[in-house]
Amino acid sequence: MNTLKYQSQAVAKPYFIFAMILFVGQILFGLVMGLQYVVGDFLSGIIPFNVARMVHTNLLIIWILFGFMGSAYYLVPEESETELYSPKLAIILFWIFVVASVATILGYLLVPYSTLADITFNELWPTMGREFLEQPTITKIGIVIVCLGFLFNLGMTMLKGRKTAINMVLFTGLVGLAVFFLFAFYNPTNLALDKLFWWFVIHLWVEGVWELIMGAILAYVLIKVTGVDREVIEKWLYVIIAMALISGILGTGHHFYWLMTPTYWQWVGSIFSALEPLPFFAMVLYAFNMVNRRRREHPNKAATLWALGTAVMSFLGAGVWGFLHTLSFVNYYTHGSQITAAHGHMAFYGAYAMIVMTIISYAMPKLRGIGEANCNKAQVVEMWGFWLMTVAMVFITLFLTGAGILQVWLQRLPESGEALSFMVTQDKLAIFYWLREIAGVIFLLGLISYLTSFFITEKKAQA
Amino acid sequence: MSESFTKGMARNIYYGGSVFFFLIFLALTFHTVKEMPKRDNRHNITEAVERGKHLWEKNNCIGCHTLIGEGAYFAPELGNVYIRRGGEAGFKPFLNGWMNAQPLNIPGRRQMPNFHLNDQEIDDLAEFLKWTSELDTNNWPPNIEG
Repeated sequence: MNTLKYQSQAVAKPYFIFAMILFVGQILFGLVMGLQYVVGDFLSGIIPFNVARMVHTNLLIIWILFGFMGSAYYLVPEESETELYSPKLAIILFWIFVVASVATILGYLLVPYSTLADITFNELWPTMGREFLEQPTITKIGIVIVCLGFLFNLGMTMLKGRKTAINMVLFTGLVGLAVFFLFAFYNPTNLALDKLFWWFVIHLWVEGVWELIMGAILAYVLIKVTGVDREVIEKWLYVIIAMALISGILGTGHHFYWLMTPTYWQWVGSIFSALEPLPFFAMVLYAFNMVNRRRREHPNKAATLWALGTAVMSFLGAGVWGFLHTLSFVNYYTHGSQITAAHGHMAFYGAYAMIVMTIISYAMPKLRGIGEANCNKAQVVEMWGFWLMTVAMVFITLFLTGAGILQVWLQRLPESGEALSFMVTQDKLAIFYWLREIAGVIFLLGLISYLTSFFITEKKAQA
Repeated sequence: MSESFTKGMARNIYYGGSVFFFLIFLALTFHTVKEMPKRDNRHNITEAVERGKHLWEKNNCIGCHTLIGEGAYFAPELGNVYIRRGGEAGFKPFLNGWMNAQPLNIPGRRQMPNFHLNDQEIDDLAEFLKWTSELDTNNWPPNIEG
């Protein structure tokens, strides 16, 4: 059965499937690292912590990018009311990105990082060895090429079709993603400048343009599952992303407090980043409001659950847990502690992992020719996955927060001489790390449940 | 949301607001970059410091440690390790001994790999960490433990 409005939307399917495969890898390496926090020598000869962490975070970034690209290929033709400019280009870029990603991850795992730097000629244009930007320079160039081809394909599609607010916002976000990534190629010898402009990639991605992408995807899914008038949803979308950028751009200052910068950043960063929860709070109100005012009963209950879930969890993870340590006088004590890790986990899961799973949940039944929604049984299993993963992530965040508070208490608040050293403090946090690891295993069970739901189909009545 | 507040108004706030605040951000960044020489001691960046930074990156030190609070939270802060571990008199011998003693192979303890750096490279890394410890970080970290 063909259930796609535009046939070229089908190119989204491999992007979504590959994203989910990488997601599994991300979680497995997360569990390895979680165990290394308490059993320090676990697999230390084969997968040193720095390698596991690099694989964990890079897989996250890559699968979210695959998810964003799949989302765009799925929704842009429908919003534009025209076929994708070139489905063939989308598939070629898919394979380029797959090969580049797999080669890079294997490079991390199979050879020492310094060897990877040598064989990829890092010394010609050194960009490696910085957090989240560990990819060899050649991989970074590959990412830029894939992004350019992707934006060209979307741009040409949008030019010949209907221009909707959702399309414009999504496209602006994706262009921003590509533009700010270019700062990854700027790695000056002076660490002070290096760190300052590193945030132009990291912060302006996750607390800037990615929020546009998330907002656009959420708006699209809400229109589809609630049937609420586009004018209303797009108005909310503009309000939310206006708040996101007005608070988030100068909110970058909360990363500049301790970076060889003038002290006015402590005021600018504190005030504007204290406003950063507002767009996420608005997103919660908006998602629930739209679902309550729904004009149709969409059979895909799971997709609606994901849409509400991503709004709530991004508010908690990015909004509340971000606010906890964003004021400069608090951040002075919490900067670079487990509090940061707690916030990072829930924010990334709530905002970006969940928005990708939201559109996958909505689009996959159509991409697979099943129809508007999966059968009831599959949806129940999918919702088990939703709840297990989400509750597990809440607990991961709470345990890391507990660890962070104790860490600050023991290591940061006392005077020099009285404060415990980093390693002694870590021993005292072991119980929290064990509990976090258990919650991590529950998360994996949730992920397995979620993935299982894709293989459950309605049994045809036998004649 | 009120009916008199239209989509067009929301769109204008979005475009106007983001452009306005982005320009302010650029202006403040420009000013910050101009002020930085007073705080980053860039005149002390020697060739050894430069080589040390490359070694820091090439061995993915940030994958376990933090440097001025940024990085991974698995191993100690190194922005002030020069001060914590001996300073002018003691840091270089300490670092050389430390790097060569890895991995410590203490059962159950977090393991630092051996990166097989020679004496010259360890000295370069030490120079990089010394320079880093002298940066003006607005008084962070709160105490010597980092």
